Amino acid sequence: MRDLVLSMIADGGLLAGMPYSLAAPLVMVAFGALVVFGFVLPIAGVTSWLERRVWARIQSRIGPNRVGPQGFLQWLADGLKNLLKEDIIPSAADKWLFSLAPYLVVAGFIATFATIPFTSSLIIADLNIGILYITGVTGIVVVGVLMAGWSSNNKWSLLGGIRSAAQIVSYEIPAGLSVFPIVLLTGTLSMQGIIRAQGWAPWDWFFFYNPFTFVAFFVFFVAALAEGNRTPFDIPEAESELVAGFCTEYSGMRYLLFFLEEWGNLYVIGAIVTTLFLGGWQVPAFTDNQTLLTVAQFGTFFLKAYFFVFLAMWVRATLPRLRVDQLMTVCWKYMVPIAIVNMIGTAAWMLLVPEALGRMVQIGMTVGGGVVVVVFFRRVRFHLRRANLQPSDYYYSPII
Amino acid sequence: MSLGGFDVQVLRENGFATEEMTLNMGPQHPSTHGVLRFVVRADGEIMTEAVPDVGYLHRSIEKISEKVGYHGFMPYTDRVDYVAAMPCNQGWAMVSEKLAGIEVPRRAEYCRVIASEFNRISSHLIAVGTMGMDIGAFTPFTHALREREHINNLLEELCGARLTFNYMRIGGVAWDLPPDFAEKALAYIDRFEPLIDEYNALISFNKIYKERLVNVAVISAADAINYNLNGPNLRGSGVDFDVRRDIPYSIYPELQFDVPIGTGEEGTVGDCFDRYMVRIREIQESCKLLRQCLQQIPDGPVLAKVPRKFKPPVGDAYVRVESARGDMGWYCVSDGSEYPYRVKIRTGSFTAMSIIEKVSRGLMIADLITVVASFDLVAPEVDR
Repeated sequence: MRDLVLSMIADGGLLAGMPYSLAAPLVMVAFGALVVFGFVLPIAGVTSWLERRVWARIQSRIGPNRVGPQGFLQWLADGLKNLLKEDIIPSAADKWLFSLAPYLVVAGFIATFATIPFTSSLIIADLNIGILYITGVTGIVVVGVLMAGWSSNNKWSLLGGIRSAAQIVSYEIPAGLSVFPIVLLTGTLSMQGIIRAQGWAPWDWFFFYNPFTFVAFFVFFVAALAEGNRTPFDIPEAESELVAGFCTEYSGMRYLLFFLEEWGNLYVIGAIVTTLFLGGWQVPAFTDNQTLLTVAQFGTFFLKAYFFVFLAMWVRATLPRLRVDQLMTVCWKYMVPIAIVNMIGTAAWMLLVPEALGRMVQIGMTVGGGVVVVVFFRRVRFHLRRANLQPSDYYYSPII
Repeated sequence: MSLGGFDVQVLRENGFATEEMTLNMGPQHPSTHGVLRFVVRADGEIMTEAVPDVGYLHRSIEKISEKVGYHGFMPYTDRVDYVAAMPCNQGWAMVSEKLAGIEVPRRAEYCRVIASEFNRISSHLIAVGTMGMDIGAFTPFTHALREREHINNLLEELCGARLTFNYMRIGGVAWDLPPDFAEKALAYIDRFEPLIDEYNALISFNKIYKERLVNVAVISAADAINYNLNGPNLRGSGVDFDVRRDIPYSIYPELQFDVPIGTGEEGTVGDCFDRYMVRIREIQESCKLLRQCLQQIPDGPVLAKVPRKFKPPVGDAYVRVESARGDMGWYCVSDGSEYPYRVKIRTGSFTAMSIIEKVSRGLMIADLITVVASFDLVAPEVDR
C-alpha cells in the first residue's frame, strides 16, 4: 500500500505533490469506497435475488424472473422502488434513534469488509488483530437493532429488539471461542496470517486439521448464522410471531437497509468461515503470472465463501425456527461448553500429537469428509426417487 | 438432548416493580389465520393470559338462510368453512334431506364421500403446511400447497370450482363424475401417498420442529371433552371418537378405515404434536377411503327428484358430519314454508377457541402461534 501511494505521488496526476500523510488516507478511502460500492452492495443485492431464486426452487416455485435475464436485476428494481417509497417515521417514535438505527446496522456490517482478504494482496487493511476487529465491529449491529426495536415505540418491535440483543450477545461467545483454536494453531489474529498458515489442498485446511477444529467449524458456522439472524435463529424478525420484529415500523429505504445487512452479512459469514477453516484464497502455484494468480485466488475465495451463502439459504429453506428459550439453551448449555472443549482440545493436541500422526489424521478426516459427501448425495437420490416428482411439480428448467 | 428451556422466574423484590405488557395480537397479524384476535398479557416473553376475541368475520350466514331458501343456501355453506367446503355442503344437504325425508341415490352418496375426502385431504394439507409455516419453515407449506393444487384440479374437474364448490344439492350432487375421473384420481393417490413420507421426513420428524411441538399445550382427554373440542383436536387428546364411524352417515359404514388418535408418541398425549400427527394420519386414512370409493362406485343417477319449490314439512332436524375440523352440527327448524325458520351451525373451530385461554397460560408468545396452528382454526368457521 505504501509503495503504491508513493508511486502515485511521484507519477503526478491527482495526488501529485501531496504529502504522504494526506495521500495515504485518501487512497484508503477511495479503495474502501470502491470495495463498498463495487462489491459489497452488489453482492448483498445479488444475494437477495439469488436467495429468492434458490428458495423458490427448493419450494417448487419460480421466484423473481421478470427484471433482466432470469430476474437478475430484481435487486436493482427493489432498491429503486424502496428509494422512491415514502419514508414514514411514526409520530410516537424516537425520531433520532429511529432514523439512525439502520445506518448503524449497515455501518457495522460494511466495516467488516475492511479486513476481508479477497486475495493475497487485495485487502483493505491487513490488521494484525483482523479477526478480533471483525468480532468487534459486528457488535455495532446489535446496537442498531436494539435502537430500532426500542425507538419504534411498538411492542412487537421491542420484543424483536430485545430478542435480537440477547441472541447476538449470547452467540458472540461460542463464535469467539471457536476462533480460538485457529488462533492457537496459527499464533496470529491477522486474516492473511491465518490463510497463509493453511494450504490449497483440503487436508491442509484447518477444517480437517484435527477433530476439534472440525467441530469448531460447525459451532462457528451455527453461531454465525445466529448472529446474522438467520433461520433457524431468525427469532428477532420471526414473521409468524412478531410481524416483522424490530423492523415492523420501518418503511422504504430504511427498511431495506436492514435486509441489506442481512444479505450482505451472509457473505461476511462465508468469508470468515473460508478464511478460518477452508484455506481462504489458497490456490496451487500453477503459474508465475501474478495477475492470473490473483484472479484465481479471488475466484477461489469468492466461490468458497459463496458456497456458505448458498448453504445458509438452503438451511433457511429447510429448518423451522427455535423458540427463544431453546435458542438460549442451545447456546449456553451446548455450544459454549463444546467450544471450550475445542479450545482446550486443540491446545492439548498441539502439545501431545506428533506431526506424523497429525498428518495421518488430516488425510483420514479428508477421506471421511469425502465419504460423507457421497452418502449425502445417495440420500438425495433416494428421496428424489421416492418422491417421484413430475416435471410439473418442480420448476427445474432454467428458462422459466 | 432436550432443548427444553430454563425455568424462568421473574423476580420482583426490593421494590423493583415490573409490569405486565398487554399485547394485541390480531386481527391483522401474519399468523392468526385470518382475522382472529388475541389479547395477550405477557411478562416478557411469557404469557400470563391470552384471551381470544371472536367476531371479526361474522357474516350472519345462519340468518341469511332464512331469506334465501333451502336450495339457495347451498352456495353460502361453502363460505362457512372455505378450506373444507364439501363437508359443509354435505351437512346442509343432509339436514334438508332429513327434514323432507328424501332418499339420496347410491352413486350420489359415493360422489359426496369422494368429494368430501378429497376436500379433507386438501384441508389437512393446509393445516399441516401452515403449522410448518408458523413454526418458521416455509418450504413444507409450499410443498403441501403444491399437492393441494393437484387435488384442486381434480375437484375443479368434478364441479368447476376450486375453493367454494357448491357441488352438492339437496337430494344428491350437481354433477356426475367426469369421464376418466376415477382413473385420474386413483393415479394421483398412488403418487401422493409416498409424498406423505417425504413430507414427514422434511418436517414432521425434524428435531427442531418436534422440540417446538412436543409437550406444548397438553390437553387431557377430560379437558378436551369438557371444552367440547372435536375432530382432530379431540382425537389428538386420545379420545377415540369419529362421527363417520360412531354416528355413521352416508356410506361410511360400508367403508374400511381407521380412526387415528393421539398416542403421545413423542411426549404427552394431547400435545400439539399429537394433534398435528393425527392430521397427517387422517390424510392417509382419507387416501384409503378414496381408493375404496373410487373402485366401488356403482352406476345410477346422482340426483333424486326434488321439487324446485322445496317445502319440507314442519319439524326440525339435526345432523352431524365429520368436517375436516371435526364434528360439524347442522340444526334446522322448518315451519313448512320455502324458507328455513332457523338454522344453527356448530363448528369445530369455534369450540376450539374456548380452550385457548386455558392452555396458553404460562406458555411463551411463540407457543401461542403453535397452539393456534395446532387447532387448525379457520376464522370464517369461528364466526360464520
